[in-house]
Amino acid sequence: MKIAVCVKQVPDTWAEKTLREQDSTLDRESPDGVLNELDEYAVEEALQIAEAHGGEVTVVSMGPARAAETVRKALSMGADAGIHIQDDVLHGSDAIATSAVLAAALADKGFDLIIFGSESTDARMSVIPAMVAERLGVAQLTFAQRVSIAGTDVTIERVTDYGFDTITAAMPAVVSVVEKINEPRYPSFKGIMAAKKKPVETLAVADLGLDAASVGQAAAWSAVEDFAARPPKPAGTIVSDDGDGGARIASYLTEQKFI
Amino acid sequence: MAKVLVLVEHDAASGSVKKASLELLTLARRLGDPAAVWFGAGSTAALTVLGEYGASTVYVADGDDVKAHPVVPMVDVLSALVAELSPAAVIVPSSADGKEVAGRLAVRTGSGVITDAVDIDASGVATQSVFGGSTVVHSKVTSGTPIYTVRSNSVAPEPAPTTCTAQTVSTEVSAVAKTATVVERTVASKGGRPELTEAAVVVSGGRGVGGSEGFSVIEKLADSLGAAVGASRAATDAGWYPHQYQVGQTGKTVSPQLYIANGISGAIQHRAGMQTSKMVVAVNKDAEAPIFELADFGVVGDLFEVVPQLTDEIEKRAN
Ligand SMILES: Cc1cc2nc3c(=O)[nH]c(=O)nc-3n(C[C@H](O)[C@H](O)[C@H](O)COP(=O)(O)OP(=O)(O)OC[C@H]3O[C@@H](n4cnc5c(N)ncnc54)[C@H](O)[C@@H]3O)c2cc1C
Repeated sequence: MKIAVCVKQVPDTWAEKTLREQDSTLDRESPDGVLNELDEYAVEEALQIAEAHGGEVTVVSMGPARAAETVRKALSMGADAGIHIQDDVLHGSDAIATSAVLAAALADKGFDLIIFGSESTDARMSVIPAMVAERLGVAQLTFAQRVSIAGTDVTIERVTDYGFDTITAAMPAVVSVVEKINEPRYPSFKGIMAAKKKPVETLAVADLGLDAASVGQAAAWSAVEDFAARPPKPAGTIVSDDGDGGARIASYLTEQKFI
Repeated sequence: MAKVLVLVEHDAASGSVKKASLELLTLARRLGDPAAVWFGAGSTAALTVLGEYGASTVYVADGDDVKAHPVVPMVDVLSALVAELSPAAVIVPSSADGKEVAGRLAVRTGSGVITDAVDIDASGVATQSVFGGSTVVHSKVTSGTPIYTVRSNSVAPEPAPTTCTAQTVSTEVSAVAKTATVVERTVASKGGRPELTEAAVVVSGGRGVGGSEGFSVIEKLADSLGAAVGASRAATDAGWYPHQYQVGQTGKTVSPQLYIANGISGAIQHRAGMQTSKMVVAVNKDAEAPIFELADFGVVGDLFEVVPQLTDEIEKRAN
């Protein structure tokens, strides 16, 4: 089986995220970049499927030069090869353009499964897997808390507001996974050493047959008009419980007209 | 006046229109003439409420194919309506389905999309609250038909009575929609409490609750306030409370009037799902817990002492 897993480098979860004054894009330089937490589950799921059913896992990432670290991280977990789409013209791309770039990189490579995390911790849109499925014209099996493979069919449990839906499709398919699905492994020392020798192909927008004018901030179909830091919330009242803690909350809620 | 398409969600069992959909109709009126889009059965019973909130038309797509396949049939129906009506905008809820519908529709119709808006003004400028609520962004779609996903509890639903008429639309779905099939729907028991994402008050429990029995303390407080119950991932992962009540980055995003966090430390992933609550009350025995940074009112103490006392007080004051 040929499995692709799409990963993104994002600012460290705990880092303060800010937009840049000059072009309202996310500052990706200052904070440490890490593999998007939710993509770790995607990598783990890809590896588990390859281990159980045989196959090869290719990591695909679009991002600036330093995103190469993120591709290596996934390789050190055990993926076999990487594709890094890196091009200055991509800066400021919206989800529409990002999905076009990923779809171009994934098309016609014979992937049976294309696995994503359910969202990125920076943009939090949760639309890229669906957009890539739309562009490739393949089945969309997203928000999976469980994935199982039987022959050429893949079945997932899609987390819903009311419980879950069991959804099945013939491969190829785009899958996204939620964090309940598995426990991502840590890269071993051996894995880290092996990752250094694994092949990573670096592609530019032109290599994908895309027009540079169709990506990047100028081509985005939505634009930021302005942004501002929300004024910090005034500090609240914190009291310690002297046997009347519950009653004090009740008084506060009465003042605030909740009771 | 150009139409504004609103994807209306309704309770699968009762058929009642979700409050969040009435919020979307309220926003839609700022941009044009709201038209509801309804998937599945039960639209006739909803005509009154849709009309009351300003929808002059409801487009009804009710067919087996719409139910049998996930997400894409909604995109098929909406994209046909976009082509036919050239609406001023399409507004869908910020649910998992809603965001995916929005994303695919954007690709298919050559339109820009803005997700997780908390407001939209008459010129189409959307407000988003990003990075855990630390930054407010205003943005606008610059290509095609603007598509927005809007978070629930962002605006108060306001009635604007009109007569709503139903129009049946084709439910023939595309070949790509048929590539995936729903074979079973598993509905977890819901209970009598308000829906988490719509509730005005949410009472949550975390690892500090200590076990599934401990959640009865949380539920009692919730019931005294007519609130929904939420949980941190530590509590859902431990199996103390069902997963669909998880609040946070990978759970539900809630923005109630009041959020009461009990035995929850306030990890960044939890905050991502509740940071836009209008008021936060926290009970935690650790004075250093980060949840207190967000709290309007906090008590440092044992939740098993504080919460039952609070519940008693509320019941006393209510009587
Ligand atoms: C990819 C990813 C996604 C995640 N998504 C989510 C998510 O969606 N939602 C989420 O909540 N978390 C999420 N997490 C987990 C998150 O990082 C935290 O681990 C989790 O929120 C901690 O839950 P908690 O606050 O209940 O537990 P803890 O952090 O263990 O805190 C328990 C708190 O209870 C207090 N306490 C203990 N006993 C009592 C008592 N008797 N009375 C009063 N206070 C008491 C303690 O002082 C402590 O502050 C995610 C993590 C990852 C890596």
